[in-house]
Amino acid sequence: MTIIQVEYLSKTFGLLPALRGLDFSVERGESVLLFGANGSGKSTLLRLLSGLSKPTAGSIRIGGWELPREAMAVRAQIGLVAHRPLLYENLTATENLDFFGKLYGIKADEREARGDELLRQAGLDRRAHTLVRTFSRGMKQRLSIARALLHQPDILLLDEPYSGLDQAACELLDELLAGAKHAGRTVILSTHQVARAPKTAERALVLSGGKIAFDGPCDRGRLAELNRDAPKA
Amino acid sequence: MTTPFLKCVLAIVAKDLRAEMRSRELLSVMALFALLSILVFSFALELDRAARAEAVSGVLWVTLIFASLLGLNRSLAQESDQGNLDALLLAPVSRSAIFVGKFAGNSIFTGIVGLLLLPLMTVLYSMQMLDIRVIFTTLVGIVGFCSIGTLLATMTVHTRAREALLPIALLPVALPFLLTAVRATKGVLNGAPDWQVWLQLLAGITVIYVALCLLLYGFVVEE
Amino acid sequence: MAKEVAFEAAPQPRLLRVLTALTALGFLATLYLGLVVAGTDIEQGDIQRIFYIHMPSFFGAFTAFGATVVGGLLYLARKNDAWDRIALAGAEVGLAFALINLLTGAIWARPIWNTWWTWDPRLTSAAVMCLIYAAYLMLRAGIDDMSRKRNFMSVYGIFAFVSVLTTLFIIRIVPETIHPVIVGASPQNAQGSFEATSGVVTALAPSMLLWLTLMPITLMWHRYRLETRREALDQKMIQALGD
Repeated sequence: MTIIQVEYLSKTFGLLPALRGLDFSVERGESVLLFGANGSGKSTLLRLLSGLSKPTAGSIRIGGWELPREAMAVRAQIGLVAHRPLLYENLTATENLDFFGKLYGIKADEREARGDELLRQAGLDRRAHTLVRTFSRGMKQRLSIARALLHQPDILLLDEPYSGLDQAACELLDELLAGAKHAGRTVILSTHQVARAPKTAERALVLSGGKIAFDGPCDRGRLAELNRDAPKA
Repeated sequence: MTTPFLKCVLAIVAKDLRAEMRSRELLSVMALFALLSILVFSFALELDRAARAEAVSGVLWVTLIFASLLGLNRSLAQESDQGNLDALLLAPVSRSAIFVGKFAGNSIFTGIVGLLLLPLMTVLYSMQMLDIRVIFTTLVGIVGFCSIGTLLATMTVHTRAREALLPIALLPVALPFLLTAVRATKGVLNGAPDWQVWLQLLAGITVIYVALCLLLYGFVVEE
Repeated sequence: MAKEVAFEAAPQPRLLRVLTALTALGFLATLYLGLVVAGTDIEQGDIQRIFYIHMPSFFGAFTAFGATVVGGLLYLARKNDAWDRIALAGAEVGLAFALINLLTGAIWARPIWNTWWTWDPRLTSAAVMCLIYAAYLMLRAGIDDMSRKRNFMSVYGIFAFVSVLTTLFIIRIVPETIHPVIVGASPQNAQGSFEATSGVVTALAPSMLLWLTLMPITLMWHRYRLETRREALDQKMIQALGD
């Protein structure tokens, strides 16, 4: 069953085109790797899919709802891990999750239970009550993923989640992703490093200059080849 | 589908108050600035008793407005520097609830500074500012000013040179608040009967501005 | 290697040419009425004639600022860039009119009040009007992203107008003005007032009509076309660099 349907999607910033007419669809439960050089339009695409920005032309349908017109209906279904952590530095990990849980209308007891469980999975249970500003980049990234999963979204969007993470943190992230896939969530993850393609990814979508350059099974060898051929932006 | 309005507003206000209680980075800066400002004014104007009675309401409002400019800049920068405004926008929350939450937080912080200033100015300028009518005028004026201030600060965090642009964009459109609030305060302090008219005007303008901000905030945060 | 990109402006619509000619003729005609036909003021002398531009330019500014509000509202509703360009044209033309109003007022005040400027409430409100739209243009210049810019400025244009109206309203309540009031009774302490006699009205009415309608509309249309061309040129440049 199709959960994301994108047709002739274009986005221009001022006069600079970032995306030029993308067409693709994603099935429910699919894990997609969004691959491309810096400036190829990955972040722009993820922001559009999350409803944070509006397309210049073309249409996005998520779960049958049309963006941006029916964005309010889609918001609860989407979790975004953006480039920046989107956390409050002067609050603790628990307080951050509690705050976002409130915004998503999750009941108090459930907020607490889910928050504790996610912090445990992210390996942050021992730092649950320290301020986020004392966290390392990797810890913030893991908390950011916990925030994105808190409201149990159908679709998880991750923008370069591996950047700045050490080996252990990467493995933990892979585990979280495997968990999300196991729970039947649709995952779209962007990266510019072939080596970092997670094992769970089934399909690769390669962006180049704001267009889809390749759409097919996620094969590291093939991706590395594409990466070599890609013109440097 | 959408989380209830009031719940979101309360969550945002509680979050801002809690973060502020930890760091005190807004209130301490605003309060210190306000203190410095009234000291500087007292030196600069070399006020004798008669001149003080005339100038004191102006000093109060200029100080409050510049203190709240500092707070507004910081408050919205806190949301945008870490991209947190995006996180708020991602949630299934009405855009005007986000506005009311930030607006209420800013009003509370500026209100605290205002309530600190009044007894301080009573002592330093030996004027009776701890009058219920002055307190009420101060709070209404602060609410009005913070409404348009919150909206414009949301805009200017997206601009180049935002610290400089906020006062330039905000002061001319917030002038009606300054004009009426100064007159109302002065009226009370001088025992002039027209303070009531000015307070009513101030309240009326506040209602108009808050309503417009609620209607238009959605356009300011969309991309 | 830069390559040449064809860039041709659309020809001026015939209506605009007619309007431009009418505005120019109208301006000359009202100048003639004001400078020659109208009688010399007994008390003030020839300086009173500046009033035939001073007052119409003030009201003409509101036509332009009104266009900024309407353009802003329609842009927010329809997201058509043209409305935002109209709003911009309104702000610039309105600011120019407000400055003309301020300047002519100062020139008049020099002999009559014996000073270029005084902090009279009416003068202050006119200065505030200029500052608000100067802030509008400055804020506009500070925003890079075009769609953000159009959204923000539509909202700001609405607040700017509300602020102008409330400031004027507040100022009107203040009785302590020395500015003569033409419509309604002048305050007791007004200095340099004069009566709106039939001679004054003969010169004032056409000038008022010109500054309220033809003048702002024609200027805004030209400014709108200029902005359209500027944006099209930017687009071409980006294309030329991108391909």
